[in-house]
Amino acid sequence: MSTATKEMAKEAKTVGQKPQRVTGAEAVLMALIEEGVDTLFGYPGGAIMPVYDKLYHYEDKLNHILVRHEQGAAHAAQGYSRVNHKVGVCVATSGPGATNLITGLADAMIDSTPMVAITGQVASHLLGTDAFQETDVVGISTPVTKWNYQVTKASEIPEAIAKAFYIAKSGRPGPVLIDITKDAQFEEVDFEYKPCTKVRSYKPVPVASEESIEVAADLINKAKKPYILVGHGVMLSKAENELLAFAEKAGIPMASTLLGLSAVPHDHPLYVGYLGMHGNYGPNIKTNECDLLIAVGMRFDDRVTGDLKRYAKQAKVIHIEIDPSEIDKNVKTDVAVISDAKAALERITPKLKEAKHEEWLAEFHACDEIEQKEVKDYALGSSTEKVKMSEVIKMLSDKTKGEAVIVTDVGQHQMEASRYYEFKRTDSIVSSGGLGTMGFALPAALGAAMGAPDRTVVSISGDGGYQMTVQELGTIFQYKIPVKILVLNNSFLGMVRQWQELFFDSRYSFTEMVNPDFVKLAESYYIKADKAETRESLSDKMDEWLNTEGPCFLEVVVEKESNVFPMIQTGAAVSEVRLK
Amino acid sequence: MEKQRFTLSIFTENVVGLTNRISIIFTRRKINIESLTTSASEIEHVHRFTIVFYSDCKESAEKVAKQIEKQIDVVRCFLYEDSETIYQEVALYKVAVDNLKDSDMVEEIVRKNHARILAAKADFLVIEKTGHEEETHALYEELKPYGLMQFGRSGRISLSKERQEISSLLAEYDQEDAIV
Ligand SMILES: Cc1ncc(C[n+]2csc(CCOP(=O)(O)OP(=O)(O)O)c2C)c(N)n1
Ligand SMILES: [Mg+2]
Repeated sequence: MSTATKEMAKEAKTVGQKPQRVTGAEAVLMALIEEGVDTLFGYPGGAIMPVYDKLYHYEDKLNHILVRHEQGAAHAAQGYSRVNHKVGVCVATSGPGATNLITGLADAMIDSTPMVAITGQVASHLLGTDAFQETDVVGISTPVTKWNYQVTKASEIPEAIAKAFYIAKSGRPGPVLIDITKDAQFEEVDFEYKPCTKVRSYKPVPVASEESIEVAADLINKAKKPYILVGHGVMLSKAENELLAFAEKAGIPMASTLLGLSAVPHDHPLYVGYLGMHGNYGPNIKTNECDLLIAVGMRFDDRVTGDLKRYAKQAKVIHIEIDPSEIDKNVKTDVAVISDAKAALERITPKLKEAKHEEWLAEFHACDEIEQKEVKDYALGSSTEKVKMSEVIKMLSDKTKGEAVIVTDVGQHQMEASRYYEFKRTDSIVSSGGLGTMGFALPAALGAAMGAPDRTVVSISGDGGYQMTVQELGTIFQYKIPVKILVLNNSFLGMVRQWQELFFDSRYSFTEMVNPDFVKLAESYYIKADKAETRESLSDKMDEWLNTEGPCFLEVVVEKESNVFPMIQTGAAVSEVRLK
Repeated sequence: MEKQRFTLSIFTENVVGLTNRISIIFTRRKINIESLTTSASEIEHVHRFTIVFYSDCKESAEKVAKQIEKQIDVVRCFLYEDSETIYQEVALYKVAVDNLKDSDMVEEIVRKNHARILAAKADFLVIEKTGHEEETHALYEELKPYGLMQFGRSGRISLSKERQEISSLLAEYDQEDAIV
């Protein structure tokens, strides 16, 4: 069924039914159900209590997960959405509850994750009076939401929620916040639901001009060294197959951004690796040697481009992008294909000549050999006393056959996970890319495990970030969420330490950590836990950990002062990527 | 670097909070808004913002415009250089009568500047002048020696020379099938 017919069917269902008289609070839940929501992550409090009171009666339809901190609710909603493409939903009370969501909203905003946050607010007659737990949540969340709205009357609820879902998931997705005053939750309304299908000032899916399609195809057909950059947009638009058809027809090598990882299977013959600051050698070097750069659903983040003044200057640039404000923002394009990625690729591919660029592809492979010798032999070898993060990730990749959902935190372990996990399935990376939010992994992983119950979900954190949201072990335990929790413990804020070593003369200013007993900590939440301290014990312990039903924790003690390479230093060009 | 002056004409829904949503796009780039005027537009229920700001170059001004246009409740955002619009501002000047002993001189200043006297009270005059900022500023300079009691200038309102097809754009939005 097309979206339109589905919507019509839905509408028909409500037609002829007598509208039900309910409270605003119940209307919120009924609207969520109409939107196909079955899971929410939240935390109660005074201003949202009417909604929670109604939730009590909706347990069979809405699975509410009580997190341990509202930031956890937001990240869990993100993780949920990232693996199954549904809109993640989180709920919080006014004031501190709502402000605790802000980091998650900012993360979802910059990483284009569809999410609806519902916050309670003080009663409307108290607005602006510094009432107990009143904060201007609409004001605070404006810069980090795609749209937000304050509801002060129950009658607005169905429409506001319908609009929230439509905006969150359409076009370039993003977070939406709906703030609902307590009196609106108590007030009664005749519930009638009409899904939102358009907002007149908003055009979510631009259609690329025929000319841009023609010119793009022509440039590709003429290119000798074309090169595709795969971004998150490919997965958001479910364009994985269209991308492969496109690349295979014209024989174009593909590299991926952090959030684009897993869109193309790691073992695809045209896949050449990972881009950016700690990306693979070839993908970075060749950016400044290609003659045509084809960016698909990516936004030329500075972690990908390095110095913009020396970024792909020799190449023509085609930018396939749904958000017009991304065009020419960082990199000047020759052809802007302003479109949903899938639609654009479907239109361009038939116009492509079949081609192979074997010599060009071989250049990437030559770079791989250099990287293998200069970086990977050491990173994956066993010359160090303690095991290295890279070794752990490679082992994890082999043991899970590249089929797991990898949820990472932020730091060295995140970069090593992106470098060494060999993704075979799409929608398998859940990482905080744009915001780089430490503490993201554990709550995002529990959300991902709820969103993809048939998959193995691995949460990978450093010892630092893990402690930022470690309280979510409580949530994982209470709901028996089968997350495989991995902490790579180097007793350092490793990534910052690496920068201190390289750029601040090894002055390790406040980056060394004295850590708790992570095993006991997990065990105190009744989660089975183990610790691998030697290379020899790792494999068995990892098997045990992966094969345990339900949640399970593994700490791996890794080299304290190991660095992630290759690396593009701040201010350097992609071609200046250093191998050591 | 010499900064260039730009005007944005923004057509929007008339909703609470949109001024904040638009102004933070300037805040995050550390751009000062020179003037901001909001009013009704020629289309019923469509609001219009006119914002004047300085930018290093057209390219970065365009990025601001695109980020504004991206906001859900913004219908369209047009970026103009001064030469592409017809614009006007109004300024009011309150001067103490005592300071203007010679009434001929007042008349001359008002005439010369194509201004007018809006109110004449026992102890003060209010002069009104419409024009470009440079013109209202010139009158300000001229009146300053006489002791300006108060001065205020409105934001710019501006109409473009090119056609802005907002109505047809809205109709187009209304017709389009929803695609999610
Ligand atoms: C909330 C937050 N605070 C600070 C930072 C800056 N930061 C980036 S990486 C990092 C170190 C992370 O240490 P750890 O979690 O132990 O991971 P490792 O790098 O050692 O693998 C820090 C402090 C951040 N990204 N997020
Ligand atoms: Mg660490």
